Amino acid sequence: MKKLTYLAAALALLVAGAAQADTLAKIKGSGAVTMGVRESSGALSYTLGDGKFAGFHVEICTRVLADVQKQLGLAKLDVKYQPVTSQNRIPLVQNGTVDIECGSTTNNATRQKDVAFAVTTYVEEVRIAVKAASGITNIAQLAGKKVATTTGTTSVQLLRKHERANGVNFEEVFGKDHADSFLLLESGRADAFVMDGQILAGNIAKAKSPADFRIVGEVLAVEPIAIMIRKDDPAFKKAVDDSISAMMKSGEIAKMYDKWFVQPIPPSNTRVGLPASDATKMAWATPNDKPVEDYAKK
Amino acid sequence: MATWDWQVFCKEITTGEALAGCFGRGGDTTYLDWMLSAWGWTLSVALLAMGVALVMGSLMGILRTVPDKRLVFIGEAWTELFRNIPLLVQIFLWYHVLPSLFKPLQGVPSFVLVVFALGFFTSARISEQVKAGIQSLPGGQRYAGLAVGLTLPQTYRYVLLPMAFRIVIPPLTSEAMNIVKNSSVAFAVSIAELTMFAMQAGEETSRTMEMYLAVTALYFVSAFAINRLALFLETRVRVPGILGAK
Repeated sequence: MKKLTYLAAALALLVAGAAQADTLAKIKGSGAVTMGVRESSGALSYTLGDGKFAGFHVEICTRVLADVQKQLGLAKLDVKYQPVTSQNRIPLVQNGTVDIECGSTTNNATRQKDVAFAVTTYVEEVRIAVKAASGITNIAQLAGKKVATTTGTTSVQLLRKHERANGVNFEEVFGKDHADSFLLLESGRADAFVMDGQILAGNIAKAKSPADFRIVGEVLAVEPIAIMIRKDDPAFKKAVDDSISAMMKSGEIAKMYDKWFVQPIPPSNTRVGLPASDATKMAWATPNDKPVEDYAKK
Repeated sequence: MATWDWQVFCKEITTGEALAGCFGRGGDTTYLDWMLSAWGWTLSVALLAMGVALVMGSLMGILRTVPDKRLVFIGEAWTELFRNIPLLVQIFLWYHVLPSLFKPLQGVPSFVLVVFALGFFTSARISEQVKAGIQSLPGGQRYAGLAVGLTLPQTYRYVLLPMAFRIVIPPLTSEAMNIVKNSSVAFAVSIAELTMFAMQAGEETSRTMEMYLAVTALYFVSAFAINRLALFLETRVRVPGILGAK
């Protein structure tokens, strides 16, 4: 019986920890905010080592938090970084460990039941990378071939849908992370690597001989990538959205994009070499937080 | 936060529609089907690797106790080699490095590679236990066997090993349970086992907690079943009067 009481108390604590809907009040009260970041999500969010993080979304979030600090009239705002993974990012935002997640999270309808998203800052296009010498130029040529993708990404499901819709069969091989999947392509264990365009471009840029690889074929899917915040916190969402929309209107966001995706970036000063797509420019012109399902309807 | 959705397992993995009965028919696959197939992969990897580990581990363990320095060296070298390299690193060596050095290995399915990688890794630990089992026997037993005219292999077969293996059943049980859990590294080389299922299905359905809890339960059930099986075996083969048996 006593054990049950302890269990109930522990559960109650958990629930209490989860209920922190007013992020602005929390930031004001503690003078600190926790930014969720990724270790390696291409140029969107990645680590420079030594607990330092950089990237397009990290820079946007830094600006947003500066605006929040101004709005709250805080003399000092302590920004903490918390690395997150695909598996834990949503629970960590929900339970209050992370206040604003600046990684590479796709905004979709299922996730909107658990969390909220700021206006879309980047629209990802899923593409195919192949060896330039392979002669493959579209997805139809991949039937029966070995196709690499990364475990724990939406691309796995996308390939499955494509197989079912077109009655083709790929021999799928899964890397445990993007670097691993790219190694599969590089070492010839796979004929193609299907993944988000910026991740492909980033990996090719870092390869031993970038000229050996090519991104080919049609855009397999478009996905809005957005900054993630807690659900049912309209005041914080408005603060974040307003700040980002202002950057979109002033054209600052295009400059930031250029800095991370076109110019050489640290730590190795290589270029991703991926100018903003039409879909991304469209998202900046009309700020919105539509989930991926609305993009598919078009 | 604590809103569970266990119905997610009844969903079709491509269309996302919930199917009645939770099992897909006619080309449909539900997350439940997928998870059971993943469980099958986990058990296949674990059981086959355990087979490899038992054979190689026993052999190397025995070699380390024979009165021949060269054989002892082979056994020691094998054990130290596979014991001192982290498991994940070994898997990558088998999967990426060795095939680029020896081209014929490229045609070997990753399932076979991972069975051998996991089997050899565990064989180093089993070798250590088998050696300890043999050395725990009084030296007189070996000499008695040789004195009655048995050859060295016969002494091992009829005198030393029957006792040594009985002694090491408990640590071998731990290894068998470990191998089920260690098989989770197979996801790194594209085996569709439970850990990969949890990561992928969690991402697709956004029900990460449900997926991981279900997978945790299956790992527990698998390891616990091995534990019970080994206990049964231990009781079954024990010799009255020794090792605390009545």
